[in-house]
Amino acid sequence: MSAKGMAVWGLVALAGAVCWTVLALSRGEEVSALWILFAALSSYAIAYRFYARFIAYRVLGVDDSRATPAERFDNGRDFDVTHRHVLFGHHFAAIAGAGPLIGPVLAAQMGYLPGTVWIIVGVIFAGAVQDMVVLFFSMRRDGKSLGQMVREEIGVVGGIAALIAVFAIMIIILAVLALVVVNALSESPWGVFSITLTVPIALFMGFYLRHLRPGRVSEVTAIGVGLLLLAIIGGGYVDQLGLAEALTLSKEQLTIGLIIYGFVASILPVWMLLTPRDYLSTFMKIGVILLLAVGLVLAKPSLQNEAVTEFALEGTGPVFAGKLFPFVFITIACGALSGFHALIASGTTPKMVAKESQVRMIGYGGMLMESFVAISALIAASVIDPGLYFAFNSPAGATGAEAGAAAEFIAGLGFTVTPDQLTAAAAAVEEETLISRTGGAPTLAYGMSQIFSQAFGGGLAAFWYHFAIMFEALFILTAVDAGTRVGRFMLQDTIGNFWPKYADLSWKPASWSASAIVVGLWGYMLYVGVTDPLGGINQLFPLFGIANQLLAAIALTLCVTLLIKHGKVKWAWVPGVGLVWDLVTTMTASYQKVFSHNPKIGYFTQRSTYADALDKGELLAPATSVKQMEQVVFNSTVNGTLQSLFALLVLVVVINAFFIWFKAVRAGGLPTTEVPWQESHIVAPSDFLATAEEKEAQREWESGQRGVEVGGSR
Amino acid sequence: MTAVPHVARALRWYVRQLTGESKWDDYVAECSAFGDPPMSRREFERRRDHEREHSASARCC
Repeated sequence: MSAKGMAVWGLVALAGAVCWTVLALSRGEEVSALWILFAALSSYAIAYRFYARFIAYRVLGVDDSRATPAERFDNGRDFDVTHRHVLFGHHFAAIAGAGPLIGPVLAAQMGYLPGTVWIIVGVIFAGAVQDMVVLFFSMRRDGKSLGQMVREEIGVVGGIAALIAVFAIMIIILAVLALVVVNALSESPWGVFSITLTVPIALFMGFYLRHLRPGRVSEVTAIGVGLLLLAIIGGGYVDQLGLAEALTLSKEQLTIGLIIYGFVASILPVWMLLTPRDYLSTFMKIGVILLLAVGLVLAKPSLQNEAVTEFALEGTGPVFAGKLFPFVFITIACGALSGFHALIASGTTPKMVAKESQVRMIGYGGMLMESFVAISALIAASVIDPGLYFAFNSPAGATGAEAGAAAEFIAGLGFTVTPDQLTAAAAAVEEETLISRTGGAPTLAYGMSQIFSQAFGGGLAAFWYHFAIMFEALFILTAVDAGTRVGRFMLQDTIGNFWPKYADLSWKPASWSASAIVVGLWGYMLYVGVTDPLGGINQLFPLFGIANQLLAAIALTLCVTLLIKHGKVKWAWVPGVGLVWDLVTTMTASYQKVFSHNPKIGYFTQRSTYADALDKGELLAPATSVKQMEQVVFNSTVNGTLQSLFALLVLVVVINAFFIWFKAVRAGGLPTTEVPWQESHIVAPSDFLATAEEKEAQREWESGQRGVEVGGSR
Repeated sequence: MTAVPHVARALRWYVRQLTGESKWDDYVAECSAFGDPPMSRREFERRRDHEREHSASARCC
């Protein structure tokens, strides 16, 4: 490294150290949110420059003389040599959604510090490592999926367990995401108005691209984004339009609406709804992140949240039960470590990488960007007054869903908020109420509206609130559409093993029934969450987080296995660090959720507590009827069973892998399914910015290419 | 060359690449390189829709 380089990185390190020191030492005084922001950015920069580089060149041994699957199979469809910046955009749009926006908001109940540390340290040593390493290994295997790689590299037993785990986990993730939308839209006519309009907007875009002007995606996306903004503004006039009453929907109505929507969306041709919605969602995603970064820097908000709340140590928080360890690490999945990414890093993205060394910027860099989104969300939740925060996020059974009772409940938690403040907060964003609007989306939207109003002025708090709700719902609906389709394909593929006809994607009876099964499964879990007297988020979010982290355990196990099989046992610690930490936290969390004697944490203790009371003919708060008591008993049985199932499946994969590790270490390596080396003829830079030499090399190569393409006539 | 048109051009290029709109240009360029007559844009986009219909791409949380 040059002297200038050393000086620059020295300064970055110094800036990071100062930010972290301020965060570590400040207690009880005003702390600016920018310390968190810059602690994150400088840590990311150093990790990317040094650790990611080390992993790429030393651990994985990326080799730019080796042709990638995109180069070898280049068919202009799934295998497609893609410019690295474009692929970065694709990959990021595929991995990031509402997840990194929601987890950190819920984890803010423990204070801002635990979440900040986990998001930053977690992404550097676990999340980004997982994404990059899985991307690399899948690329070396022509873009094989995670499930396929587990089956071929670990074993059939592990492979089957992984397949079931992936499917079950996806169902839970879809259900919880849908639950977040339901909670954000219930009793909110403005929100329902804007979100409902996204469907005709997407249909119009689809029609435009199919029939009016095929292929003109950027112009129709610009129109779509414009209409979307009008839909948000229009929502402010639902009262004047006389629609307020018709659009004030209960959670049950929204659930039914979402289930019907999910089924219809999954059987419509993709050009009608899914593809155009994806364009909207992608551009909203990028736009919102830029806006949030700019907004934070302009507003320079100070943190209202405590650094570490007593709930972190006592485990008695109202948002979700349990102590800092292990529950922060499963509540914040996306943004720090997300197993779901392994499904995207294997399959779609690896088939488009132009040069092996680009896995660093796409895999590691893409995940750092998602982590940045999570940090922004954590900040947005932490600039809200804690009294308000807990009133928004405690289940209705605790707050009574009414200002007076909520204020009393909050006082009991040790925070102060007056009923007037609660009413005023809701009025400021033109919502009926914000009390017990759990799920994270309304809280984030409220925090964002505060930041944006401060940054851009103009008294547009209500607009910004509904803008935030809109894009969260848009991301989630896109994920639900796409997830249902992926689930349907998996189901058809699996059943196709026994009944080949069923795997035919264009055979309507198969695709419709598979869609119905997938929608039915997540719809059922959604219904369970919506009607849960204890609060669906409170009950289901831990399941979602644990599921996602268990999927990460499978992915990291695969990474360790492959390194050992390739004879690189000395580097197995690189994904191993993340794997061990992930297993320790998720297995502890799983154990507590299954075996804890505290009925707030352990599903089965909860079950027996309520079942015993039911036998004695008693009612236990917050249940108010025998029916609700029965519901709690039933739901906790379902949740506890799923929880045990997930943990067992992951243990099967890990134990299966353990035998392979043992064998591979003894043999000094084992053959793998890596495809043999073939020479690459493409020239392309490795990193975000091309060096002068890379630019020169590319220019030379391109001019040579042009000569070849036109047959040397020029 | 001033910076504004340069940035605007880069942005336009990026958006067209990201949405796949530029695939048509690539196809036309390829056809003319080989001297083949290209199919209509409508037909081309139909084929791409068909491919999308039969491939799943997950969107994460």
